[in-house]
Amino acid sequence: MTDTVGIVIVSHSKDIAKGTADMVRQMVGSEVKVAFCGGNPDGGLGTNVPLIIEAINKVWSPKGVAILVDLGGAETNSEMAVEMLQPDRRDRVVVCNAPIVEGAVMAATEAAGGSSLEQVRAVAEELSAA
Amino acid sequence: MSLAPETLKSLVKAAAEQVIAKSAELTALDQAIGDGDHGANMKRGFEAVLGKLDAISALPPAEALKTIGKTLVMTVGGASGPLYGSFFLAAGDALANKELPADLVDVFGSGVKAVSSRGRSQAGEKTMLDVLFPVLETLQSGAIGTGLIARVRTTAREAAARTAPMRATKGRASYLGERSIGHVDPGARSSCVLLDAVCDTLEARS
Repeated sequence: MTDTVGIVIVSHSKDIAKGTADMVRQMVGSEVKVAFCGGNPDGGLGTNVPLIIEAINKVWSPKGVAILVDLGGAETNSEMAVEMLQPDRRDRVVVCNAPIVEGAVMAATEAAGGSSLEQVRAVAEELSAA
Repeated sequence: MSLAPETLKSLVKAAAEQVIAKSAELTALDQAIGDGDHGANMKRGFEAVLGKLDAISALPPAEALKTIGKTLVMTVGGASGPLYGSFFLAAGDALANKELPADLVDVFGSGVKAVSSRGRSQAGEKTMLDVLFPVLETLQSGAIGTGLIARVRTTAREAAARTAPMRATKGRASYLGERSIGHVDPGARSSCVLLDAVCDTLEARS
């Protein structure tokens, strides 16, 4: 199997994160690695840096990892998580400026074809530009 | 003069305890213009800091600040985690080859700059930076010593109050647009609470 860009879904709600990942798997298939996380360290709504780091490492690929987020704190915490990765991985992870569900499906579709991280990000972010 | 371990311990303890004590107020402010979790998030983060208080106070000040920052990043669970976390991580980095209180402006300024770049935000956007920037200016304007602590406290309180008439353009409150006007920003208030606690502790010890 050739490497594909990994996808990480970060929502304030674990249910939304899981549901988004389910949609990606059903619509795109299982050839793309997808991880998701949601909820603060107490299990309430929020996001959690250690879980984001774990999710990134879980779907790590030499081609990189694209992260899709919902609201403010998910983005800030994801950026923080990227900075806390081991140095050789930091540059290969991007947080996409895209709606979480549509962005995840589009990014995964693009990734499934073996596209580069930059292409995957660009396709997801086109949704915001429209 | 460098920061003595017992001073560091009392500063961290007071700041954490005050934020925890004010968590209901912070949550109420955040319910008005945000998602209502600021108090609970700050409480969780600073309880984790208090849990490591003895270990933190035993560290060199630069490492202590970085440990506080990392603890907040890993436990807060909202945007305030990386924002406050970045403040302490950058302040700790800046302190590595400097001394307090002599280099306070540099150290505090590095923290403020990190918050600004993490949040991609400037002054006037109804955020914690609307307290941090004015306090930095106060620190820059006066010699350490006479009256500075009182001026910092006054600056922080007045600056937090001035966020009420501002319209939010960053963070969750920006979704409310005009409706964000009239409420004190929760992040500005939590910054004020932390600074108040630091000022009170320093005054009591001096």
